Amino acid sequence: MKMNGARILLESLKREGVDLVFGYPGGTVINIYDELMNVREIRHILPRHEQAGTHAADGYARASGKVGVAIATSGPGATNTITGVATAYMDSIPMVLITGQVPTPLIGNDAFQEVDIIGITRPITKHSFLIRHAKDIPAIVRKAFYIARSGRPGPVVIDFPKDVQISQAEFKWPETIDIRGYKPNLEGHPRQVEKAVQMLLASRKPVMYVGGGVILADAAPELTELARTLQTPVTTTLMGLGAFPESDPLSLRMLGMHGAYAANMAMTHADLILAVGARFDDRVTGKIATFAPHAKIIHIDVDPASIRKNVRVDLPIVGDTKDVLVKMVDEVKRQGDKLKELHANLAGWHEEVSGWQAKHPFSYKQSTTVIKPQYVIQKLRELSQDDAIMATDVGQHQMWTAQFFEFQKPRTLLTSGGLGTMGFGLPAAMGAQAALPGRQVICVCGDGGVQMNIQEMATLVQNRLPVKIVILNNNFLGMVRQWQELFFDKRYSQTCLEQPIDFVMLAEAYGAKGLRAEKPSDVEKVIKEGFAYNGPVIMEFKIAREEKVLPMVPAGASLNEMVLNA
Amino acid sequence: MQHTISVIVENEFGVLARVSGLFSGRGFNIDSLSVAPTMDESLSRITIVTRGDDAILEQITKQLNKLVDVIKVLDFSDDSAIEREMALIKVTAEDESRAEVLRIVDIFRAKIIDVTPKSYTIEATGAPAKINAILDLLRPLGLKELVRTGSVAIGRGAKGWKG
Ligand SMILES: Cc1ncc(C[n+]2csc(CCOP(=O)(O)OP(=O)(O)O)c2C)c(N)n1
Ligand SMILES: [Mg+2]
Repeated sequence: MKMNGARILLESLKREGVDLVFGYPGGTVINIYDELMNVREIRHILPRHEQAGTHAADGYARASGKVGVAIATSGPGATNTITGVATAYMDSIPMVLITGQVPTPLIGNDAFQEVDIIGITRPITKHSFLIRHAKDIPAIVRKAFYIARSGRPGPVVIDFPKDVQISQAEFKWPETIDIRGYKPNLEGHPRQVEKAVQMLLASRKPVMYVGGGVILADAAPELTELARTLQTPVTTTLMGLGAFPESDPLSLRMLGMHGAYAANMAMTHADLILAVGARFDDRVTGKIATFAPHAKIIHIDVDPASIRKNVRVDLPIVGDTKDVLVKMVDEVKRQGDKLKELHANLAGWHEEVSGWQAKHPFSYKQSTTVIKPQYVIQKLRELSQDDAIMATDVGQHQMWTAQFFEFQKPRTLLTSGGLGTMGFGLPAAMGAQAALPGRQVICVCGDGGVQMNIQEMATLVQNRLPVKIVILNNNFLGMVRQWQELFFDKRYSQTCLEQPIDFVMLAEAYGAKGLRAEKPSDVEKVIKEGFAYNGPVIMEFKIAREEKVLPMVPAGASLNEMVLNA
Repeated sequence: MQHTISVIVENEFGVLARVSGLFSGRGFNIDSLSVAPTMDESLSRITIVTRGDDAILEQITKQLNKLVDVIKVLDFSDDSAIEREMALIKVTAEDESRAEVLRIVDIFRAKIIDVTPKSYTIEATGAPAKINAILDLLRPLGLKELVRTGSVAIGRGAKGWKG
């Protein structure tokens, strides 16, 4: 059947199983929006800013595991998505962004609302397509989704000129696609797996270092089984939180700049590190020259380019982390008595590790007069549902959430780890709530970052998305203030948010509920009331203004040189 | 250390930008780059001369392989390939130096492709080292303009990379 390009796009999205898109109309996508009225199967949410639309698609993807889809018009609509695309790229989130483009004959003429969005996004996308003919749309959509979700996932841009949206073609869905330059290597080599297991059996001080790759591959159950079978202590990156239950005695909690003392000490003293879906980012390794000085390193990753990028690796295993972990669990279970021997050999290491855990767990000084942010996070854990999804913004509140929420399940923490994007939290929570309407979705923000996409309050209210927004209000750009306190002699240049905002009134202005806690005794009451309310809520907590995130490895220092209390 | 890499890519619009953008974006060097379609018109072959230690070369190769439009990366860092480059050289040639230029051209089996009373234009082909050598000899006579193609490379032996 012949149809126009806009309709072919929507039919193709349907074939990919897309049920929800986040988009913003404009001149070069108006034909898509017109056709959307004829396609009931695809729900559309209108954010109030295209950046938020891409973060929402990103949050949708992180929470559900499906590919997030966003639409923006050409020119300013497209440029507004850049931060969202870069955020998804840095955290390897599957996303397809469809941008309108000026009609093909005008491309390159500096036409009204023309930008070279493919050129602009080239370094922050996994791939991109410019549609030239309507007949090509189904194959392009299929390729785009396949590339976005397979291998190491990432965002893909489809640029869609207006004349092609109008032109007619036959809709023919390709049964198969072949991209000759793109064949991700998913199967871990069995010989490498055997070698890895032998190295683990021979180790005396092993640590598993787990990143977001495990969550992206839905490999948390296999990882947990492997760690428990081997009795290996596990630390995760910020992106890996939830891949291993933090209540498990084997959990060392998060490592790195604001990681746990025990995790960083274990990495420094380990004789073997099994890195799974993690990329040895500088926030994790600290000074690279002194990172894990005694350890052999096994690195499992689907992206060969991640291996040996920052650190030497003794045994690389390229493959889908789930595939490799399944094979490792099988191999380990064949070991019989050797496994018992290993457990006996690890007794000393477990003792050493528990010593570190007991010496400096994540902690803070409670107060009876002023609300401590860590206390709020602990109360959120206590009062929220077991499978609550926690989205965060970027700053001190993000680190307190990572330290004190005790993540148990994969895909329950949505946070911008790679790019560190302020303004991410609220729209990402929105996307997660739209993806999973039955789940409790909480968003922890700072008073700075929440204002970077505060307009999405309107979208939450309009779409009845009952996100629970927690603002830890310190009237500061707190994380930067902390650096100024520690490294710039308390010269608080441009980090004090002096203009007070009434967040309760702000919530009400949008038609949401607003609650405020000013003293520790209010905290529980406010959280209970906020959780009980059937709709979006802002809960503002006036917190200790100059509270710091500790411990801390100063930038450029070694992992074991932690500032524990400053 | 210098390396020569051949990158077989889709012969499509925008691909060269992806490849060169990868080098600039990650701080890798490009000493020379040449590109043209292969036997198979749907493919292009990009020859890049770059510099870096083994770890950098490994990253370059892996990052290139990650690009969806890249079909194959051939790393010719050892002696496994024959490399050639062409240079067009415009050199001052007046009175006594005219004979000297001709002598040099002859020794290097180069060709004169344009003549004026004041200049010769020379076409020289060979390994990059040979081009450098002829330039060293011509430079004292007065170079007016120099155009080099950058290296192209092909593997030694009977086996060919079809495409
Ligand atoms: C878009 C963006 N701009 C600037 C920064 C730098 N930055 C990191 S944390 C931070 C302060 C955040 O303040 P707030 O949102 O109040 O959170 P707090 O640290 O106080 O918890 C800033 C400015 C950033 N990460 N992202
Ligand atoms: Mg703040």
